[in-house]
Amino acid sequence: MTPRSDGPEELPIRADDDVVRVRQLVRTYAQQVKLSLVDQTKLVTAASELARNTLVYGGGGFARVEIITADGRTGIRASFHDEGPGIPDLSLALADGWSSGKGMGLGLSGARRLVDEFDLDSEVGRGTVVMVVKWKR
Amino acid sequence: MERVPILKIGGVLLVSIQIDLQDQSVLALQEDLAEKISATGAHGVVIDISAVEIVDSFIGRMFATIASISRLFDADTVVVGMRPAVAITLVELGLTLGGVRTALDLERGMRILENIGRERGRTGLEAR
Ligand SMILES: Nc1ncnc2c1ncn2[C@@H]1O[C@H](COP(=O)(O)OP(=O)(O)OP(=O)(O)O)[C@@H](O)[C@H]1O
Ligand SMILES: [Mg+2]
Repeated sequence: MTPRSDGPEELPIRADDDVVRVRQLVRTYAQQVKLSLVDQTKLVTAASELARNTLVYGGGGFARVEIITADGRTGIRASFHDEGPGIPDLSLALADGWSSGKGMGLGLSGARRLVDEFDLDSEVGRGTVVMVVKWKR
Repeated sequence: MERVPILKIGGVLLVSIQIDLQDQSVLALQEDLAEKISATGAHGVVIDISAVEIVDSFIGRMFATIASISRLFDADTVVVGMRPAVAITLVELGLTLGGVRTALDLERGMRILENIGRERGRTGLEAR
């Protein structure tokens, strides 16, 4: 693989169509490192869930996407940042089927299942950052 | 916001999703379909997702919602053409499509609607 010199890319998440743009950006990165089609689809779907959460619950924010390498492996890292109300109970939010709104409560728990690494960092009153990684097999 | 067009073929409404769906487009499609089923008396709805690259929880929920809406107008819904990668991802995401009928392709989907129609005493795909 040719090494990339450009760093991470960021996109704002302020409206509905930004979620679509985040999906497209993540797809482009996933294709660039040649994730399998199934892995691309899983990562983009996870990104779509997390970007929507950033918009709906976080009141907007931004997404950052980058190529990462570790131990000779290559992968895509995507993170979603907001300065919204934060999540008071992380284990509840991560439970399948729990939603504070009228969702199905699948976004966080489902996204976690779709990726290789998942990290949720949230502080009430400060905001939320969710980070996911998918490695090339 | 882009809108998804709805075509009427005989007594069936065909929705072929060719755009990258944002949530507003999903909501608009649900409303447009309800209007169109009620206005045309269509007995079936086929949603062709062969061009759809991802189905997340919001889009997946739309299929169940459209199926419920069409039931209220005595119409049946079939989702056709789901890509294999999308199917695998949906299962892992944990989304069940809530009893929405699916078929491999458009032709099979149309046949399913025909068969349901016959059971209900309708003739073929003609409009009522
Ligand atoms: N960025 C965020 N900021 C604040 N709260 C959040 C954020 N993301 C998720 N949450 C909280 O976690 C809950 C669970 O999120 P999750 O995405 O799993 O389900 P949902 O969005 O409610 O439903 P679905 O995603 O299935 O439509 C949400 O209902 C919300 O209360
Ligand atoms: Mg969600």
